Amino acid sequence: MENLPWFLLLIPIASAAIIQLGLKKSAALSSALSTISVLATFIIAVLLLGKDFASSFNWIEAGTLRLNIGFKLDQLATCMMIVVTGIGLLVHIFSLGYMRDDPAKARYFGCLSLFMFSMTGIVLSSNFVMMFIFWELVGLSSYLLIGHWYQKDTAADAAKKAFLVNRIGDFGFMIGILMLWAITGTVVFEAMNGASLDTAGTYLAGTAILLVFCGAVGKSAQLPLHVWLPDAMEGPTPVSALIHAATMVAAGVYMMARTFFSLGITAENMGILGNAPDVIAWVGGITSLVAALMATQQNDIKKILAYSTLSQLGYMVMAVGLIAPEAGMFHLFTHAWFKALLFLGSGAVIYACHHEQDIWKMGGLLKKMPITAITFLIGTLSLTAVPFTSGFYSKENILIAAKDSPLLYIAIGVAALTTFYMFRLFFIAFLGKARDSGSEDAREAPVVMWVPLALLAVAVIASPFFSQFFPTNGHVEVHAVPHFGDKLVLMSLGAFATGFVFAFLLYFGKDKEPISIPLFRNKFYLDIIYQRLVTVFQDAIAALVHFFDNFIIGGLLVGGATRSAQGVGNIFRRFAQNGSLSSYAYLMGLGAVLVIYFTVFAK
Amino acid sequence: MISGLLFAIGLAGVIIRRNIIVIFMCLEMMLAAASLTLVAFSRFHTVDGLPDYDGQMLVFFVITVAAAEVAVGLAIIVSLYRARQTIQTDELTSLRG
Repeated sequence: MENLPWFLLLIPIASAAIIQLGLKKSAALSSALSTISVLATFIIAVLLLGKDFASSFNWIEAGTLRLNIGFKLDQLATCMMIVVTGIGLLVHIFSLGYMRDDPAKARYFGCLSLFMFSMTGIVLSSNFVMMFIFWELVGLSSYLLIGHWYQKDTAADAAKKAFLVNRIGDFGFMIGILMLWAITGTVVFEAMNGASLDTAGTYLAGTAILLVFCGAVGKSAQLPLHVWLPDAMEGPTPVSALIHAATMVAAGVYMMARTFFSLGITAENMGILGNAPDVIAWVGGITSLVAALMATQQNDIKKILAYSTLSQLGYMVMAVGLIAPEAGMFHLFTHAWFKALLFLGSGAVIYACHHEQDIWKMGGLLKKMPITAITFLIGTLSLTAVPFTSGFYSKENILIAAKDSPLLYIAIGVAALTTFYMFRLFFIAFLGKARDSGSEDAREAPVVMWVPLALLAVAVIASPFFSQFFPTNGHVEVHAVPHFGDKLVLMSLGAFATGFVFAFLLYFGKDKEPISIPLFRNKFYLDIIYQRLVTVFQDAIAALVHFFDNFIIGGLLVGGATRSAQGVGNIFRRFAQNGSLSSYAYLMGLGAVLVIYFTVFAK
Repeated sequence: MISGLLFAIGLAGVIIRRNIIVIFMCLEMMLAAASLTLVAFSRFHTVDGLPDYDGQMLVFFVITVAAAEVAVGLAIIVSLYRARQTIQTDELTSLRG
């Protein structure tokens, strides 16, 4: 039992290696192997629920530097493992159907296994350095999977963008890890404690936490590094479900929760971090607001869900910043299930409409694809926090955490916007009449695709019942009957009602977009701003380097060396090599005189 | 002293004159000066009341070597004249560069 967690790491990487090395030709075997490996890891994860132990072995030992590779299992990790392996399993099964006609199926499943390995590594890691290694690996897997259809230019560009933006965050993350290492003297999570942060002072401690948060900004797509997530929808839909809804983007929040738990930061001693938690909370809040605004004007079903993910991630980060990481993790947990459900549902819809992704070309799908539509509705209800769904409880906890801060109003506003755009999506895509040939002959998805949807719907409804396994630290109320008299509950219900009414009035039964706000649709022009910025900087630096290269290195150093060599040679030419015999004789005589002088007279 | 003067005149001639035959004659003059030095020193550096005959023996060798060298040198001049049709050193510049 002690060695079981190592299998969680070894099985996926073995599957990925075998697929990459041997099974590239056989798509069926690769998909079978990958799915079986995920099933095995899921079973192991269930077996490990509720356990609490750690183990590691020495990796680097150089003088006083000791780095281990190991795992640390506690409630946080085991819970997250269930999420990762469970959703992974359902995504694998769904992919068997969605990617049936894809020519590169073997490569796809190999990359999926690699991703499972990397994400498991992040969840299980026992120290920051190991987490960083797997953090980068997850970024690599995301690159490979987003760029699965790399022949398409947009997909290849999106993969590059994801990786580069991630790297920017990772740069800050690395510096933050080093700072924390310097302050606390160790990178192992168990050995860290908050006392050393106290002695370091609020500026250093706060800066270290903010730099570590940079990694979460990149990985979990907060403002300003959020630009990669909508473009990442170029990847196959199951990939979006697994990576960009449920697991990888949640890694940032998981890492922050781990850090806060290890450093023992609670609401009482948050003062040692100075202003850092406020920054984190506001970044999360503003991200959720901006993303929700951008989502109201999108027309691609996956992009709407992508911005919704951004918005929910903003919620989680906000919870972390308000020193309620348990609430953030709980929301992560419930969000993973219902967002995966929504993405896989949208995948089924896209598949059935012959790879059509524009919602204005869909319609009437409720009658044609009832199972998909009902599960999608369940997911939507949970996302918009209708009472008695799991999303309701997790969002309540975040609102409770925010109740003393102006962020509460942002949170309520975002809840209203969430309801608005999700029901906009539902009304346009599922109700009404079919608007295009694709949705005309849509049929219910094949069994292998709707079974995961059904299972996820069950998980969405049932997940609050398993709260005993959840790391609550007594700060999270799960599955309590909502007190309908409580002000927060009333505010969130009011937000839901507002959003629903507006969506109904504007979008029920309509056939084209009634309002148009270019600022939101063009993503606040942030992409264009970034592109101009990068171009300007790159051109400036390139010009500088060009000048330096040509003038200083080429002209002065290399050219100078040649010219001085030539000059010295010319001196010799004029005196010694002029071809006139008399000067040769003269020099010979001079030489003879000098030799005689130096041998006879000078000692 | 006279031999030193003769040597200097010969050296100057080798360096300054342009006609190769004149250069050779100056070269011979340098050799003659050297032999004169040897004889003079042999006369004034006595051993047991008699002159030091080592110097005079060396003169014999010097004269022999001079004769051989003149023969070879004149052969070179003749072939040089055949190749270049000139004996002025100003015009022999193919070693330039």
